[in-house]
Amino acid sequence: MENTNLIISRFQHFPFHLVDPSPWPILVSFSLLNLTIGAVAYMHGFTYGGYILTLGFILTTYGMILWFRDVVIEASYLGHHTKEVKNGLMMGVILFIISEIFAFLSVFWAFFHSSLSPAIEIGGSWPPLGITPLDPFAIPLLNTFLLLSSGAFITYGHHALIAGNRKGAIDGVIITIILAVIFTALQYFEYSVAGFTMADGVYGSAFYASTGLHGFHVIIGTIFIGVALIRIINYQLTTKHHNGFESAILYWHFVDVVWLFLFVAVYFWGNT
Amino acid sequence: MVKSKFLLGKEESICMIGTAFSVLIRLELSSPGVQYLQGDHQLFNVIISAHAFIMIFFMVMPGLVGGFDFENMNYFLPIHCGSPDMAFPRLNNISFWLLPPALLLLLMSSLVENGAGTGWTVKNKDKQSPNSGVSSLLGAINFISTTLNMRTNGMSLHKLPLFVWAIFITAILLLLSLPVLAGTLVPALNLAILAITMLLTDRNFNTSFYDPAGGGDPILYQHLFWFFVSHIVSTFSGKPIFGYIGMVYAMFSIGILGFLVWSHHMFSVGLDVDTRAYFTAATMVIAVPTGIKIFSWLATLYGGSLKYNTPLLFVLGFLALFTIGGLTGVVLSNATLDVAFHDTYYVVAHFHYVLSMGAVFALFAGFYYWTPKIVGKIHFWTLFIGVNLTFFPQHFLGMAGMPRRIPDYPDAFSGWNAVSSFGSLVSVVATILFGYIIYDIFANSKVSSNNPWETIPYFSSEVLYNNNKTVNTLEWALESPIPFHAFKTLPIQS
Repeated sequence: MENTNLIISRFQHFPFHLVDPSPWPILVSFSLLNLTIGAVAYMHGFTYGGYILTLGFILTTYGMILWFRDVVIEASYLGHHTKEVKNGLMMGVILFIISEIFAFLSVFWAFFHSSLSPAIEIGGSWPPLGITPLDPFAIPLLNTFLLLSSGAFITYGHHALIAGNRKGAIDGVIITIILAVIFTALQYFEYSVAGFTMADGVYGSAFYASTGLHGFHVIIGTIFIGVALIRIINYQLTTKHHNGFESAILYWHFVDVVWLFLFVAVYFWGNT
Repeated sequence: MVKSKFLLGKEESICMIGTAFSVLIRLELSSPGVQYLQGDHQLFNVIISAHAFIMIFFMVMPGLVGGFDFENMNYFLPIHCGSPDMAFPRLNNISFWLLPPALLLLLMSSLVENGAGTGWTVKNKDKQSPNSGVSSLLGAINFISTTLNMRTNGMSLHKLPLFVWAIFITAILLLLSLPVLAGTLVPALNLAILAITMLLTDRNFNTSFYDPAGGGDPILYQHLFWFFVSHIVSTFSGKPIFGYIGMVYAMFSIGILGFLVWSHHMFSVGLDVDTRAYFTAATMVIAVPTGIKIFSWLATLYGGSLKYNTPLLFVLGFLALFTIGGLTGVVLSNATLDVAFHDTYYVVAHFHYVLSMGAVFALFAGFYYWTPKIVGKIHFWTLFIGVNLTFFPQHFLGMAGMPRRIPDYPDAFSGWNAVSSFGSLVSVVATILFGYIIYDIFANSKVSSNNPWETIPYFSSEVLYNNNKTVNTLEWALESPIPFHAFKTLPIQS
């Protein structure tokens, strides 16, 4: 596999990419071991649990960066990503998003299980007695507008890229990222002023589990788009071939739609 | 070869750990009163949980999906599809490497706060689940993409070997249920543990997450292991498989139905009558496609020229035992009866017939089919007698009302319990024998020919034989062991 793309067709008679051996999977999986042990140690109050957790986090992130760097090299500079490989990758991303949808499904299930017929212990009402919920038409509504318009801007950036408009693509993606960062900051602000915590019964648990999981996905999506932005700036993405960017867009729309459900169910219906 | 040695060794050692736990359970239960655990009943519960976890999440599940699959699924799926490798080989790699850490975490979890003494159904304290879950999830994405994207020219969906179909359907089910089961349940409950002060509503919170998670899971793995069976039945009866299309759609319907029946695990928690009627009916319906599969296999065997090799023996054992497990399953699917049998040894006997005999026998059948050896016959008979001695008496114990997960019992139950414990020791002998067989294969055996199962055509002409080969999937056309990237030039399906 030392050969460049130009003579690769002399050696293989099919369009698939046979990857070279890579050390990153084993590195990442053992970093994850470190991360999990750190998380358990930290949550159960073991000495230095926090340090183990931090170390695991750094190692995992480092391993992922190296792994993805390799993929970018194979895609952009070695030309391994043929049309068939692109199909396969896109399929992988879509399947991953489908599994994510089911992950959110279980969180919503938990929310509705607790809220549709509230238990007697929480006063038989939802929101439970003694909980002061957040106003859905304050920050949550603003956040809805932020996310929806970020979806519009990323579509603008995508179409600009396809049309070969470099400046438009970069601008669209940068605005998307700015809106996403504002969203995350507002969520952080709202968490810090909310009148209830994760430990305040099932309402707090369901609220923070669902919105927290979503917030986590927003952060990942922002990084995903950020990588795409850097690759656009570095002239790595072309009008026809920008699989990573398209995956980021799909992921972002998924996060967007989940927020709409969260807003309607958890913030609006669940608080009134 | 190094890779497969390594993987077999790992699978075997996991198997040994799980078996060791089960023997501890059986030893404690071998006669009434305190036996070996010195009256530490929390320890008994921890052992039961550990046994269940290791067997389901590390033996049966990864055995078929996550780890051993390098031998079977990851190894053979691309070949059956006629593609050089999987779609995402590095994901394969990480889903393998995630398993040892996950196992380590599972064993460590018994050190945190006295361990989890809850059986397999509650998994909140076991932090291993995200890891093994991610591992299986990545595997599933990989299988689906490979099957859809990398089939060779002319390999249409209706020409795919049943092996690939079974993996494909399983992968879809895994993709949809795992995030519900492991992906979210466990992180969410970890957060819940973080919020340790939840008092009154803690129970509430737990059940709410348990709902979507309790479901479908065992059903899913019940038909996971069928993918070896068709091939072996077909090969050793010298006929192509009976009812190919019927088999494919039967698998699909079982998969879909498996999603609709989760509450049959919860008949005794106080569901209303209508709900229970629905789940009873839905669960019973699963017996229909299952019957299609069983009868198709029997029809394939019928009138064939059978060769009783080790793989076929294991498959016949599978068919008989799995049918018993399935029939007791129909009994249990009745909500009315389930209330009586709930948490008794009847349930234990039922799911061990389905899992530890169904799944494990199918696994061994696949192992011997693809790793030709003769000593396996002793292994089969020892294991067959051992598992039946262990689990058949448990039907009687359960009917008599002996509850599960309890370290002691009245003297009235002692007879069948003694038989059951003796049976589990017989299985241990079988497992040690299996360890020796693996050692023997790697240390002493020769590399086999391309197709070791080929029969000399005594009764038909060479030409007729060559046109009529019943072993017609691609792995037998390649040299053994199969080269690193199976095909230099893709084969063409006619």
